[in-house]
Amino acid sequence: MHEALEWWRNAWLVFEAKFSQNFLEANRWRLLANGFVTTVEITIGAVLVGLAIGFLVAVIRTTHDKTGRLKFLNFLAKVFLTVIRGTPTMVQLLIIYFVIFASINVDKLLVAVIAFGINSGAYTAEIIRAGLMAVDKGQYEAGASLGLNYYQTMTRIIVPQAFKTILPALGNELIVLLKETSISGYIAMHDLTKGGDIIRSQTYDAFMPLLAVAAIYLICVCGLSWCVTRMERRLKRNE
Amino acid sequence: MSNEAKPILRAVKLVKRYPNVLALDNVSCEIFPREVVCIVGPSGSGKSTFIRCLNLMDEPTGGEVWFKDQQINAKGTDINRVRQHIGMVFQHFNLFPHLTVRRNITLAPTLLGLKSLDEANAEAEQLLDRIGLREKAESYPGQLSGGQKQRIAIVRALAMNPEVLLFDEPTSALDPEMVGEVLQVMKGLAKAGMTMAVVTHEMGFAREVASRVLFMDHGRLVEENPPQEFFGQPQSPRLKEFLSKVL
Ligand SMILES: Nc1ncnc2c1ncn2[C@@H]1O[C@H](COP(=O)(O)OP(=O)(O)OP(=O)(O)O)[C@@H](O)[C@H]1O
Ligand SMILES: [Mg+2]
Repeated sequence: MHEALEWWRNAWLVFEAKFSQNFLEANRWRLLANGFVTTVEITIGAVLVGLAIGFLVAVIRTTHDKTGRLKFLNFLAKVFLTVIRGTPTMVQLLIIYFVIFASINVDKLLVAVIAFGINSGAYTAEIIRAGLMAVDKGQYEAGASLGLNYYQTMTRIIVPQAFKTILPALGNELIVLLKETSISGYIAMHDLTKGGDIIRSQTYDAFMPLLAVAAIYLICVCGLSWCVTRMERRLKRNE
Repeated sequence: MSNEAKPILRAVKLVKRYPNVLALDNVSCEIFPREVVCIVGPSGSGKSTFIRCLNLMDEPTGGEVWFKDQQINAKGTDINRVRQHIGMVFQHFNLFPHLTVRRNITLAPTLLGLKSLDEANAEAEQLLDRIGLREKAESYPGQLSGGQKQRIAIVRALAMNPEVLLFDEPTSALDPEMVGEVLQVMKGLAKAGMTMAVVTHEMGFAREVASRVLFMDHGRLVEENPPQEFFGQPQSPRLKEFLSKVL
């Protein structure tokens, strides 16, 4: 009994010491805090780029499927989707940083936003396209039969209905993206993961900093999942 | 009476070829102002394809479609503009589920700049009054019965003040007890002089309301007569056989 208590006391002391060494000494917690900010910056920037690319590609693909127009653009879009979804995100990031932007001195944050944005754009495109295609064909026909043109039919009839399926899926894409950005350390970005890794290299303790990093990701993901679920429920209710 | 005027819609030797079937085989037909043309025939005979070619919902692979003096399947036709004058009512209603009944009716006229929102709203209310659904103006389609939905769909088409209305089996997706209310609205339109082309399995409606009945079979227009002759003295064996099954 006494021994057990002693063991716990020691464990706590070790924990306290390690905690203070890893996070408080030399203000190391700032590495995590600043890293977290960078992670959020990359994620939000990439989501916006991804949405823009995704919407454009989805509209090209859907317009082609529904009307047969835009053959060449549709071909380009298909090549884009195949390449981006057929190669690892990591390789794309490295290529964009070390090959495409190699000779230009450009903010690394911008490179990361572009790289992750392009990557996310491919997945976002298919999410939006699936949402648009899921709207009943009769809705296109009803719009057309009233004399609305394709653009009017899309913006007033199809897109508002597609939102219901698209929004939750986009929320999930945001979660994936947040986690994917953890490789930005490979282009020397100081994101959350890199922050934990720097602490590890300074304190020679892997357990604490990496667990802290994992916990922060997990909290963010759980928060976002909760939002997505709520959104799904609300959208269903409005049927 | 009808032959003095020019036709509103004219199909000339229409052909619609799908990879495996000839859905329309040389179909020619004219629809004159104030006429109600009913199209009947067995399943797969090309009735839908025919009526959908009249507003180019389906693109014919051969032949011509004319709306008054304009060939609408010619290159360079602004088909959206033509469709403003040709209403269509679908088997599955195709109301816009995210919009209220009122907005379903006013969307196209306001979006196309044909009416102000106030005018469109006023007309929507008038039209809803006419079909006894004024109190549903702020409802969503999901809250309506099938018969109510189809009556709203008819009114939505009417709000464009079309010169002709196309119906593709407007009562086939309805529960039997709701067929009557929709046919009632269509009879009212016919009486008011609306030009209509109606694909239907409702032989009673065709007999009572049609000025002409067309019989289609295997993509061909086989027989075409006013209802008395059509039902009283059918000529072709195929029509006789068809009528013996459905009547
Ligand atoms: N999109 C399509 N692709 C291939 N074949 C088609 C297509 N649409 C119709 N068809 C074929 O064309 C023929 C005529 O079809 P259509 O829908 O016009 O018949 P219908 O007279 O309206 O039949 P129903 O009474 O069942 O509605 C059928 O053999 C059908 O299988
Ligand atoms: Mg049909």
